[in-house]
Amino acid sequence: MISEVVMPQMGADMTEGTILHWRKQEGEPVERGEIIAEIETDKANVEIEAFEGGVFRKTLASEGDVIPVGGVIAIIASADDDISKYTNGAGAKPAAAASKMAPASSSGGVAVAPPQAPTPAVNAPPPPSNGDRQRVSPVARRLADEMGVDLRGVRGTGPDGRVIRRDIEAAAGQRPAQAAPPPSSAAPAPRPASAAPQPAGMSRMRQAIARRMSQSKREAPHYYLLVDIDMTDAMAFRAQANASLPAEDRISVNDLIVKACAFALRAYPAFNVTIEGEQQTRHDEQHVCIAIALDDGLIAPAVLDAGTKPLSQIARETKDLVARAKGGSLRPDEITAGTFCVTNLGAYGIETLIGIIQPPQTAILGVGSVMSQAAVRDGAIVVREMMKVALSADHRVTDGAQGAQFLAEIKRLLEQPLLLVL
Amino acid sequence: MPEITYREALRQTLRYQLQTNDRVFLMGEDIGGYGGSYAVTKGLLEEFGDRRVRDTPIAESVVVGAGIGAAMAGLKPMVELMTINFSLLAIDQIVNNASKLHYMSNGQVNVPIVIRMAGGAGSQLGAQHSHSLEGWYAHVPGLKVVVPSTPYDAKGLLMTAFDDENPIIFIEHTALYTMKGEVPDEPYRVPFGKADVMREGNDATLIAYSGSVQQSYRAAQDLAQEGIECEVLNLRTLRPLDVDAVIASVRKTNRAIVVEDDWEFGGFGGEIAAIIQERAFDDLDAPVLRCSGADVPMPYAHDLEQAALPQEADIVRLVKSLV
Repeated sequence: MISEVVMPQMGADMTEGTILHWRKQEGEPVERGEIIAEIETDKANVEIEAFEGGVFRKTLASEGDVIPVGGVIAIIASADDDISKYTNGAGAKPAAAASKMAPASSSGGVAVAPPQAPTPAVNAPPPPSNGDRQRVSPVARRLADEMGVDLRGVRGTGPDGRVIRRDIEAAAGQRPAQAAPPPSSAAPAPRPASAAPQPAGMSRMRQAIARRMSQSKREAPHYYLLVDIDMTDAMAFRAQANASLPAEDRISVNDLIVKACAFALRAYPAFNVTIEGEQQTRHDEQHVCIAIALDDGLIAPAVLDAGTKPLSQIARETKDLVARAKGGSLRPDEITAGTFCVTNLGAYGIETLIGIIQPPQTAILGVGSVMSQAAVRDGAIVVREMMKVALSADHRVTDGAQGAQFLAEIKRLLEQPLLLVL
Repeated sequence: MPEITYREALRQTLRYQLQTNDRVFLMGEDIGGYGGSYAVTKGLLEEFGDRRVRDTPIAESVVVGAGIGAAMAGLKPMVELMTINFSLLAIDQIVNNASKLHYMSNGQVNVPIVIRMAGGAGSQLGAQHSHSLEGWYAHVPGLKVVVPSTPYDAKGLLMTAFDDENPIIFIEHTALYTMKGEVPDEPYRVPFGKADVMREGNDATLIAYSGSVQQSYRAAQDLAQEGIECEVLNLRTLRPLDVDAVIASVRKTNRAIVVEDDWEFGGFGGEIAAIIQERAFDDLDAPVLRCSGADVPMPYAHDLEQAALPQEADIVRLVKSLV
């Protein structure tokens, strides 16, 4: 007969106890009534004795561990009883013991007052939704998977409380705020609080970024090409255009770059390719993503079909994308349709940014600041507005020479900005 | 662009075909001297003579059978059956001969016949004369089933029907003959298997054809007042069916309701619902619903007849139950 030894409850206000000392070693015979351990509570040290005789088969907590009331700390059984279900988590840690803790009602193998009802220290995950099956529409389920949203935390607003698309999109927008607490957070801290840093779970967004960036660096052999672009004419063009445009249509440097990339992608479609396993897909439309920094991460929605849109429209749509990215209301196609990406830290004074490709895309352009610099023109040193860009591209799909041509085309377009409005 | 009625739009295509194609002739009950029970062929007998516009006895099986024979022999007959209700007398010719001869002769003969008929209810014609049986014909491989819902579509789809080398079941709607709409004077074609997005929206897709298109469109306008934007998809043809358009719209709106006058049980709406769940299951936010006719023989009394047919208010109610 298998008898579980549990942390006893010594007094109504006791929620946990510390194992001070085991009096029995694993494998020793034990008589009913023998002392097997000493424990410490808030009020006193107590000896606990065996409620059943047999062999002291297994300890599930170590000396010094803090175990919630009702948590199984040891097993007394016959020599041939199968106790494998207790040994899988060998060397059970306090938290593990706590989560394994059964309501520990009847057969507590200890001759002290049987534990009372389970206490709030129990840290079992709550059932999905009050015992009733959570209703989730198929598209919501798919989007939750794609966007890394944990359905258990999402409240449905559809008919009959069904979780529908808008609920997932709303949840995805607030991901940083509602990051799930790490599973062990409710377990009592094993030691007095100290200044030691505590590990914490990552937010859903960070998890998604971690997964995708790791995948990119693991699977995509990146090569990098850097070039200087003379933005003097582009800056003049932009100033002139913006002077006569309403605020919402005003063009940023990044809008010029998005447009130049879309045009260059049209000329060099090998960079407008997505890759899945061994399959590559060449896209007819240029969906150029822009990386947008958020409080806890970033997201890169696409300006859809940027190749066919005039600059003022790209400007408007980009402002809208930034606003909606921050408000968490991007549409799924904006999040998933991208075929190329522009990432720009120019506003932070960064000189060179070398980006990591966003799978399944196969190239990304990193953009630095436009800075006044000395340049040599016709043998003379002159001041020009210079910008460094870096192309990161996937060597599985393209080679360096192609990348050089593609980058040269981006440079040509930005150095002769009227080409962007033709 | 001139505004003309649905019946006049049909007549323009018939006249154009008689003028430009010697193989074309028309045949049917009362289509000549009387001008057709819905006046579609009015004036054509006088214009083209009784060799091209032939009145027939009241014997639908004979009329369709003769048309099939003429088509096999190289002519391009247009047979008018007064209504879809009377097509039941010719259904053996349509299903067993017209749809199968190309296949059973291993392509040696084909049957390029256009069979026009009026379907639908709403005019107090009683249970026997108020059928919406387009789903029956759409069920049969070898037939194309055309269901125009606007004057523009009526003219252009009928033009395409005359180009086709297959048997065409061209089903008009009795309530639409007097509907007016903009129709170009010149001939044009509306392709088969290309649905028309009559209204864009993001909240739900109303999939409709024939008489149900206008109701769906009006329901969508009503719902827009309350901030619910429905996409209205006019199928135009049931066979071939524009599956891509259906799926694309459902991907966008995540919800769909098929609106049809037909009975729900075993009807064409069920086919569309099945296709959606097969091909776009992971895009659905709600079950696909049908807004169909009541499961009864059509009542004669006006208010009961209206109650048995899907109405705007029914569509509005169903859409609201989904969003």
